Amino acid sequence: MSVTATTAETQPFGRRAKRFMTDYPLVPLIVLLLLLVLVLNIMQPGIVNQRWIANSVKFAIPLALLAGCQTMTMLTGGIDLSVGTVATMAAFFVATQAVDNPTAVAIVIALVPALLIGFANGIGVGVFRVHPLIMTLGTSLIGVGFLQVYQRTVIASGAKVPDSLTWLGTGLTWGIPNALLLFVPVAAFLIFMQRRTGFGRLLYAIGDNERATRLAGVKYWQVILALYMLSSVLAGIMGLLYIGLIRAPSLSLAEPLVLPSVAAAVIGGTSIFGGRGGYTGTIIGALILTVLTTLLTILQMPEGARRILFGAIVLLVTAAYLRIIEER
Amino acid sequence: MGVKAPTFSRRQRRHPTLNPSPQGGGKHASLNPLAAVSAEVIAGLGTLIVTTAPLLEATDVAKRYGAVAALKNASLSVLPGEVHALMGANGAGKSTLVKILTGAITANSGRILVRGKGHDIRSPAGARKAGLVPVYQEPSLIPDLDILSNLRLTETPVEPFREWVRELGVPDLDLREAARDVPLAIQRVLDLARALAAEPDVLLLDEMTAALPANLAERVLDVVRRQSRTGRSVIFISHRFVEIAALCDRATVLRDGETVGVVDIAPGVEERIVELMLGAKVEKRRVAQRVADGAAAPVAPGTPRLAVRNLRVGTKLQDVSFDLSDGEVAGVVALEGQGQDELFAALAGSIRPTSGTIEVDGRAVRFSHPADAVEAGLAYVPGDRTEALAMQQSVRENIALPFSARFSNWGPIRRAREDAVVASAIERLQIDTRAQREVQRLSGGNQQKVTIARWIAADARTLLCFDPTRGIDVRTKHQLYKLLRELADGGKSVLFYTSELEEVQLVCDRAIVIFGGRVVDILPAEIADEPALTRAAYGLPRHVQANVGVLAGVAADRSAAP
Amino acid sequence: MIRTLRQNGWVVGLIALFVLLFIVTKLIQPNYGAGDFNSLVRAVLPYAFAVAAQTMVVIAGGIDLSVAAMMALTSVTAASMMDGASEEYALFVVPFVLGLGLVLGAVNGILIVVTRVPDIVVTLATLFMLQGVALLVLGAPGGAAAEWLKALVVGTVPIPGVPESVAAWIPKSLVLLAVLLAVVWIPLRRSKLGLSIYAIGSNPLAAFRSGVPVARTKIAAYAIGGLFAAMGGLSLTMSTGIGAPIPGPYLLASVAAVVLGGVALGGGKGGLLGPIIAVFILRLVRTDLTLLAIDPNVTAIVEGVILVAVVMFGAFITMRSRPS
Repeated sequence: MSVTATTAETQPFGRRAKRFMTDYPLVPLIVLLLLLVLVLNIMQPGIVNQRWIANSVKFAIPLALLAGCQTMTMLTGGIDLSVGTVATMAAFFVATQAVDNPTAVAIVIALVPALLIGFANGIGVGVFRVHPLIMTLGTSLIGVGFLQVYQRTVIASGAKVPDSLTWLGTGLTWGIPNALLLFVPVAAFLIFMQRRTGFGRLLYAIGDNERATRLAGVKYWQVILALYMLSSVLAGIMGLLYIGLIRAPSLSLAEPLVLPSVAAAVIGGTSIFGGRGGYTGTIIGALILTVLTTLLTILQMPEGARRILFGAIVLLVTAAYLRIIEER
Repeated sequence: MGVKAPTFSRRQRRHPTLNPSPQGGGKHASLNPLAAVSAEVIAGLGTLIVTTAPLLEATDVAKRYGAVAALKNASLSVLPGEVHALMGANGAGKSTLVKILTGAITANSGRILVRGKGHDIRSPAGARKAGLVPVYQEPSLIPDLDILSNLRLTETPVEPFREWVRELGVPDLDLREAARDVPLAIQRVLDLARALAAEPDVLLLDEMTAALPANLAERVLDVVRRQSRTGRSVIFISHRFVEIAALCDRATVLRDGETVGVVDIAPGVEERIVELMLGAKVEKRRVAQRVADGAAAPVAPGTPRLAVRNLRVGTKLQDVSFDLSDGEVAGVVALEGQGQDELFAALAGSIRPTSGTIEVDGRAVRFSHPADAVEAGLAYVPGDRTEALAMQQSVRENIALPFSARFSNWGPIRRAREDAVVASAIERLQIDTRAQREVQRLSGGNQQKVTIARWIAADARTLLCFDPTRGIDVRTKHQLYKLLRELADGGKSVLFYTSELEEVQLVCDRAIVIFGGRVVDILPAEIADEPALTRAAYGLPRHVQANVGVLAGVAADRSAAP
Repeated sequence: MIRTLRQNGWVVGLIALFVLLFIVTKLIQPNYGAGDFNSLVRAVLPYAFAVAAQTMVVIAGGIDLSVAAMMALTSVTAASMMDGASEEYALFVVPFVLGLGLVLGAVNGILIVVTRVPDIVVTLATLFMLQGVALLVLGAPGGAAAEWLKALVVGTVPIPGVPESVAAWIPKSLVLLAVLLAVVWIPLRRSKLGLSIYAIGSNPLAAFRSGVPVARTKIAAYAIGGLFAAMGGLSLTMSTGIGAPIPGPYLLASVAAVVLGGVALGGGKGGLLGPIIAVFILRLVRTDLTLLAIDPNVTAIVEGVILVAVVMFGAFITMRSRPS
């Protein structure tokens, strides 16, 4: 029965490597990204050129925007699965409303459902404490229902993607995607919000230790409500951009991007348990996934394999992350 | 007297010969000739000669959590037919030892023998197989299952269970009732009956009588006493000296994770046990006294900063009233689970009191969220730092957290102003910020400083410190004592719960002692030395000589009972 | 008797609600008859199995987000195996697919126990992975089902001595549902494993202290959930004759029906009957909305709102019962 004492031998290198990873999470991510690009170039020499880069960035931006929603919500330990529906609704609304309305009006109308869904999510999660996953899945289901009803009412009037959105989503200026005009300010705003505002501070703190924020006088529901509304609006903006890129409104426009958006945030170092991560990592995560998708396409991997891979990434990264936390 | 007699005769029948006892015990014995201590230091070969083979023998049990040793060198030897008390102050390692014996956790080293046979106790089921069955204060019945299913779950025979239930004084029991529908006190009794029906070699009662009404506790003690007559043993953990005196044959005392003595229970022995639990702290007392004398601030007259009247929270906090003045540090002293947690939670706005009032500066307040308490200037510093800190965030973020709490402060942070406030709070508490990127990398002491620095930066007028020095190094402790005194001298008020009694005289102006959810005594710092506080915390009256008092009192109680 | 009523009060209430809804249905559509009821039960079938799967897991204190994906995978597996195969081959397919469900469920449980990642995250990841596997098995809706399997859910059971008018109200699918659920549930409810599942959901610490092997029990609960999900997948293939790789709306419906059926999301409470009746109620509401000539898409919205409201209500109750 005697149990021999096991002395906890510290492994200086492993420890230091881990600490380095947590202090500078971006470095290994960038290395991984470059590595993938390198592999790609080896497999298909010459593919990596300016046009390919511009194209990849163009497709990475919508993903990065949706992943921004996941980053923000994941910082508090939540998740937002309604972003796909919200983005689709915004896209569909703007395309149909632009037929009879000026683009600006159409855009405002398109963002209304986003606000409503965000509000419902915030109330459900913040006040009723429904698990964010279930809540956002539920509102997403309702949103799809609305979209279907709406589709029937506008089926006669047809759809038209405003030129300005097409220009923004698809256009290139001197070989640089115009979408960056939207993305750079949005990304700057998100990063500033996370790092330099009281709201951002609360997101991290709530995800880290909700109890502690409560004791510090923070009202959870206020933060959560604002968060999910912000997340929804961001998803709506992504929908506007995405319709400019895809140029064909459909009822499942942005849905396939939901899982990759979660994966991008997770790869980017944002913890699904909350309190850690940031948007910079997510952007690189989105780029990595875009390159990875190209790679899988070249390898002729079917869609199913891609889903399995992304699902496995989420699970493995999360489990690995849990180990890192527990060892300290 | 009738109940008392058999216990004595039994004790005389069996002569405890040599009790295995490391270091301390023997030395103390010579210091206090009044105490009947049979513990002796075994010199020489270390071979134990024991006439009766112990039923349970745990030796050299140790358990570490990272760098912290919860249990260093604990031993426990229980003879057949014995009721054995396991005692120790808060944090002495009692609960760790219990967890090891019951298979909830595995020891890092040590041996556990039951009936002389080694047992590898790795799970609660393993402990049961080895013949060790525990009963906790919180009943371990599954609330959503009926009693019968609960019995099946532990493979407990029904008929013996029924008999024990009757024996314990619960006549009308419906086995089809869901456990959650049974009153809590009865659940505890059922839990005990279930354990008894399993016919364990060693029954382990962990504070199980603490929350029982008097009549049921009486029956429980009675049954436990009889259980031991069948040759089986009981390990009894309780904060109530009265029960231990009436029930137990011997007591093993733990201090700082080590067994420091094994004593026979006899009249007057509680003084001895208190001494063992506290260790050699007698000299320190005078120093402490002096510090307190120098620091004691005159309490300002007028409206108290905080006035608590007849506060009641559920069943845990029965009736608590006290005042806290500006510039005062009031100590709160209580054994574990006497309602102090609920008191602090209610003052911090975390839970709503059942009844009673809280007044701040003479105004009655009702807190529905901790934000309300913060607004009223009451800042809660929990003892468990993991409760207060966002561990993965920086020192700065943690200190500045309350600044951003209000909706109006969600905008861009004014770095320059905030930096100054945070820096001055860090300065004031001398926080070592070399590892400030993540609070979890700081030492425990520095973490605790961050939790206090937050409220100094936020300029809270009243601090509710719940055991802030638990598990931190001596130097930091002294810095905290000094800081709390300084804060009080600067007009702030502090409510200071501590599990280390010597701190009362170092820091506090008064000590409010809570036992069983009530304020049992309020002592001025001058007389609040450790023995006095310990006695008060165990519910022993202040001015009675213990060797005649308590046991005599018990005996009288028992003879008076029908 | 009184206690039975009290303990099953929720279920009794649900039955009353169902009867009420049924009367409403009759009022809206006086022609509502046995045939309509038959198709209601057929529509309920996959939902009922999804709910059973979710119930198992929720009672054990977990949640299974992958239930719909698992149904999709088992459905396409069955459909593609039976495609072009003989009728007898299906005799082998059915146990194989059921076994597959059991294994997949167990894998969920093992991943949760081993990685110690919360149930909700693990099953979200496996939701995506199972979807992926389903797409690999069958890229688009297709495959086939054996005729005898399809026949199992069509028509009624002729019971000797029972008049035709009554027998018409006992669809085969209802009998199939009742038999399959009972075969798993009743022995389980009486076994020690069943008790242990309730125990770990009700109070994991007390269960641990009572000597319940918490990890193994959790895995078992997920495995049984997987078995029910496989039955759901099979029922999909049986009623449609094909398999579809994209999961249906069964996840949210299962969670909502579990909550409505009196199984607390915290675990440890409730039984299988409540959620099953709840799922009948939810489907009947849909039928009524359709009968009222409401746009089927609006029906989807109303249904979604009901589901979300029920889940919110459940979360609210859980929050209230938890000491703050």
